[in-house]
Amino acid sequence: MKVVVVGAGIVGAACAFHAAAAGLDVTVLDRGPVGAGTTSRGEGNILLSDKEPGPELELARLSRDLWDEAGEELGPDTVELEAKGGLVVASTPDALTALHAFAASQAAVGVCTEPVERVRDLEPHIAPGLPGGVHYPQDAQVQPVLAAAGLLRAAVRRGARVHTGEAIAAITGAGGRIAGVRTADGTVLAADAVVNAAGTWGGEVGRRLGAPVEILPRRGFVLVTEPLPPTIRHKVYSADYVANVASCDAGLETSCVVEGTRAGTILIGASRERVGFDTAMNPAVVAALAAQACRLFPFLRAAHLIRAYRGFRPYCPDHLPVIGPDPRVPGVVHACGHEGAGIGLAPGTGALVTAHLLGRPWRGADPAAHTGLLPDRFLTTGGMPK
Amino acid sequence: MSASGDLVVVGAGPAGMAAAATALDGGLRVLLVDSGAALGGQFWRHPPQQARHAIPTADLHHGLPTYRALCATLSAHARTGRLTLLLNHHVWTTAREGDGFAVHAMDRSRAPEETAVVLRAPALLVATGAYDRQLPFPGWDLPGVLTIGGLQSLLKGGGVAAGRRVVLGGTGPFLLPVAAALAARGAEVVAVCEAAAPSAWLRHPVPLLRNPAKWVEAARYAGTLARHRVPVRTRTAIVGAEGDGRVAMVRVASLDADGSTLPGTERRIEADTVGVGWGFVPQLDLLIPLGCDLADAGDGTMAAAVDDGQRTGVPGLYAAGETCGVGGAVLAVSEGAIAAVSVLTDLRSPGRPNVRRLAAKHAAVARHRAFARAMAQAHPLPTAWSSWLTDDTLVCRCEEVTAGAVRAASADGSASDHRQVKQLTRAGMGWCQGRMCGPAVHCLVARDQPYAPAERLIATPATLGGLAGLDESTTDHV
Repeated sequence: MKVVVVGAGIVGAACAFHAAAAGLDVTVLDRGPVGAGTTSRGEGNILLSDKEPGPELELARLSRDLWDEAGEELGPDTVELEAKGGLVVASTPDALTALHAFAASQAAVGVCTEPVERVRDLEPHIAPGLPGGVHYPQDAQVQPVLAAAGLLRAAVRRGARVHTGEAIAAITGAGGRIAGVRTADGTVLAADAVVNAAGTWGGEVGRRLGAPVEILPRRGFVLVTEPLPPTIRHKVYSADYVANVASCDAGLETSCVVEGTRAGTILIGASRERVGFDTAMNPAVVAALAAQACRLFPFLRAAHLIRAYRGFRPYCPDHLPVIGPDPRVPGVVHACGHEGAGIGLAPGTGALVTAHLLGRPWRGADPAAHTGLLPDRFLTTGGMPK
Repeated sequence: MSASGDLVVVGAGPAGMAAAATALDGGLRVLLVDSGAALGGQFWRHPPQQARHAIPTADLHHGLPTYRALCATLSAHARTGRLTLLLNHHVWTTAREGDGFAVHAMDRSRAPEETAVVLRAPALLVATGAYDRQLPFPGWDLPGVLTIGGLQSLLKGGGVAAGRRVVLGGTGPFLLPVAAALAARGAEVVAVCEAAAPSAWLRHPVPLLRNPAKWVEAARYAGTLARHRVPVRTRTAIVGAEGDGRVAMVRVASLDADGSTLPGTERRIEADTVGVGWGFVPQLDLLIPLGCDLADAGDGTMAAAVDDGQRTGVPGLYAAGETCGVGGAVLAVSEGAIAAVSVLTDLRSPGRPNVRRLAAKHAAVARHRAFARAMAQAHPLPTAWSSWLTDDTLVCRCEEVTAGAVRAASADGSASDHRQVKQLTRAGMGWCQGRMCGPAVHCLVARDQPYAPAERLIATPATLGGLAGLDESTTDHV
């Protein structure tokens, strides 16, 4: 089976990694280099802690195990895969009560959660006086561009090819089934299936393939400090982050996520703005994130910000990724709309897409167990968008 | 703290001073901001006010009458309150706000304390100059190896000759004044290694003939160098530095037309200090995030694209001086004045300037730009400079990334530009954010195109505490 994966970000690379491992004939098509889009604009989160029970958490649990497997093959050090654990802290007793209830619901579906009374035992430099938190030992981090490049290289070792070009249109054959993709320079890549792993541009690629899905950009800034000696051990964030991730508010939201990296820099997120693809600098966001980080870790007041970057999270209207075959154009399989969770969900998505292509479970991914992510949820019976 | 006016000028060097003076004379309220402690920028850098009498530096400068006249004009306007001069203010970002701009600075006059300051105006002129272009070579990270610009700022800012036995290398006319100044301050300049061939200038007779002042200047340096017996070796480069914990020896070699070292020509010279400069890179960090278009400057770098009134393509945003391509202080002064006239025109200010003087400025700009283009062609980067590197030569000093790692990232097809190399190797991710190694990494992976720096949303490091102060002050107002 010939498969064209549109998109060489972390999700496309993971799809290629699994599909090539399953023996499929894979070509990855992207207009730019590996991981140059949203993949390079995040912190490299592999999180269970921020997900409520439901279809996304199920995929995240599968994906967490598959990250360990992929890490073994790629070399955990080469992709900076680190099971550092997450620490969610509450700033008020009420918030702590809500956090404990949230964690209990996660624990009921198999997430490891450890209530923490004295957060300073885990993070000695955190602000004093916080009422408590929850430790999530399964939360991990990876360097996303190295990971995407590593997954793609492993796919190439198994026979996958990488083609630089922009997908323009689908070539369809008998019964409207996909037969290939035409690129901007006129090249036609023959395919029995096309995977839409174009991230934030997945809506546009879907449209070009005749299978539109609604994928919207949600802008986020990340701050990077100067390299410091190791001081922050976990991925530390405030409990209101969970509320913001799930929020549908149109305005600016910031909630503090702070963590160290292997290189000594400290990453500070996360802001969410619905401003389309506007790339303009927003100094107020930078200031708000800095203020929140300083409240959580007062020693950061003296640390220098040396870089900030921003990217566009791809989200679906219901904040779940869209993964699976599109009934309107047989052969088109979507794998996009992961919002801020694409790095963590990538291997699970790659395995699930491969399972859909094979028509049977693959590496623990059973299409029958992830029906909540299918594009059908946006379609009426006539195949038109709702 | 916040302030507003008609025009914010970032950079108080020759271009920024001239622009501010012209705009003020035309009746505008101007905010002039600079990271330095005094007016003048790098070109007219001076010792701290209280030490100026003790450290004579007049002989190191050019165009001091212009500098003094601009200082006097600006002081007069500061007294009337129409000029707000913000020294020791580091601009860390700029943003569009309505029809104008918000310029965000950190006041470091009481360093290490930092106070966030926001300056607002409908017009913004970026005159942030340029900085030394460095090419790595084995040993360039040893203490004692400096940039040519660094040596010059020690001379101008403190009257200090940074070494006793100095070798200079690189390319471009800037090597000569630094060599002459070091020699005049008592350093032994053992060699000046100029990679270009002097005959290259003969291909550009017209710009040379139309800029006689440059001849006079060159003759003055030649005289000084001859008096101090400083040998200038052309088609020669510093290809290595050695020493135990500090530079003690440099290796120099003759170059063929391609820039490869000629076998058998390498020799070793004892030196305690090395100065290197390969021309300059325009400082575009504030311009790129605002959407300013770039143009090929002809010297292997990209510069701000401006019209003949120094307008960028972004309404209300102007650039002057080295940000528009490296060309020297006389050019920068003319461009600054022209930019201010454009601001006066665009803001419909009644204070219109004298048309005849403006025509003369445009003519001066054309003449100096032609000279700069000829200079760039006469002093190119040697094509084969990367052949001087070994695989273990550091390219990115902040993150300790070697030439071998950069080459490997580009060889397997993963990286085709310096941004992608950064993602895969960390070259350019450290303290300097690729300002030092960016041009070199670019040359290693994509040498045929001019260097366009990566977008940097944070133009200079700022403490999180200082930034948090900005948030806290905004929250207070609400």
